Amino acid sequence: MDRRDLIGGSRDVRTGGRALTPALAAARLTLVRDLRLAFRKRGQLVQPLVFFAIVTTLFPLAVSPELSRLRDIAPGVLWVAALLSSLLALEFLFRDDAHDGTLEQYALSGQSLTWLLFAKTVAHWLLTGLPLAVMAPLAGLSLGVPAAAIPGIVASVAVGSVALSLIGSVGAALTLAVKRSGALLSLLTLPLAMPVLIFGARATELAIKGGDFSAPLQLLAALAVLGITLAPLATAAAVRINLE
Amino acid sequence: MSDCCLRGENLHLWRGDRHVLRGVDFSVARGECLQVAGSNGTGKTSLLRTLSGLMYPEEGRVLWQGKDVRGDLLGFQADMAYIGHEPPLKADLTPRENLRYWIGIRWPISRDEEEKALQRVGAQTWSNRPVRTLSAGQKRRVALAGLALMTVPLWLLDEPTTNLDTEGQRLVGSLIEEHLARGGLVVAAIHHDLSVSATAVRRLELARE
Repeated sequence: MDRRDLIGGSRDVRTGGRALTPALAAARLTLVRDLRLAFRKRGQLVQPLVFFAIVTTLFPLAVSPELSRLRDIAPGVLWVAALLSSLLALEFLFRDDAHDGTLEQYALSGQSLTWLLFAKTVAHWLLTGLPLAVMAPLAGLSLGVPAAAIPGIVASVAVGSVALSLIGSVGAALTLAVKRSGALLSLLTLPLAMPVLIFGARATELAIKGGDFSAPLQLLAALAVLGITLAPLATAAAVRINLE
Repeated sequence: MSDCCLRGENLHLWRGDRHVLRGVDFSVARGECLQVAGSNGTGKTSLLRTLSGLMYPEEGRVLWQGKDVRGDLLGFQADMAYIGHEPPLKADLTPRENLRYWIGIRWPISRDEEEKALQRVGAQTWSNRPVRTLSAGQKRRVALAGLALMTVPLWLLDEPTTNLDTEGQRLVGSLIEEHLARGGLVVAAIHHDLSVSATAVRRLELARE
């Protein structure tokens, strides 16, 4: 390396003539890395999905396999299972990064921690929320849901799980320092997730009955937007506190 | 502005009910290395974490080029590299992928630079193995490759020679020397003496309470 004056006036000179990676590019790198890591640890990846599949297929066995009755409980079963399986995956959201010291490096990278952690949450949604939305129709069919309801179910689970991931990211960040954080995490996250559960189940119910489900879906979307706006800031603040 | 670049003023830090740092004062100028010494539990790591901005001191402040770092924390951190006890590596990625991400979120690095850094630490033969399968010393070497790519003025190093063989320790010494020659600053918590020419090194002794 040549002798460069590292401490000059402008940032360019100080970083050895380099421009910093733009915040969005750093966030994209984080997203790609998290997806790559997830595919190297497939066991962790499929765990919530298997859980979702098991819970939803157990109901027809436990409750009478009468279609009209299954159809009545289908929205509740789908949404409770989706909520619990997304909770199952949350514990891993920041835990590995906190253990191996990479979380510290995000916080010290000079990049906005908010963007980096938001990228991690997006990866989390792509790996749990989106697959859940894809699986929900299959689970729905085993509960006697008519095929016409499938678009409504997919839409509501996809949008609702965005809100769940973001709410969960705040909880996961707050419980970083706690060992075996599972119980505390659900205690923190579940009350905040109630509106998502209520509107999600309502949208699904209306979709099954063939009604207009746009009102609860819009409320879900509003919750998701609220989450995108506020949750990353809270998550970053919580992570900073936990790193201290 | 004085020539002094990094300065700690009357730093007090409490961890629970332990008073870890009791009025630490120091300054480091460009081309200088501050060796933070002291037996275990005297707060060397706490001091480095306080300097990096991860911990908030109860009293006192850290100045970077004459300005309180709390004023522009991101700007200060963009000028700084911190390597803690554990090399910040993902066990399921290879050293190469780790570097690409770790350095990449700070600034883009070329394949060439990456290759050079890995060669420098002797990692060519195992740079495509998952970090999980590497020894502690090899992981430390990957962290050093990261450090070699950190063209920022301030390096904060917490026990950089842990798990390294003698050749690896010399490597740490030469990395630090090159950095000082470029006008960089180093604050290193380290027990034994650094293999760095003595004129540039100053010692800060932390005492037990």
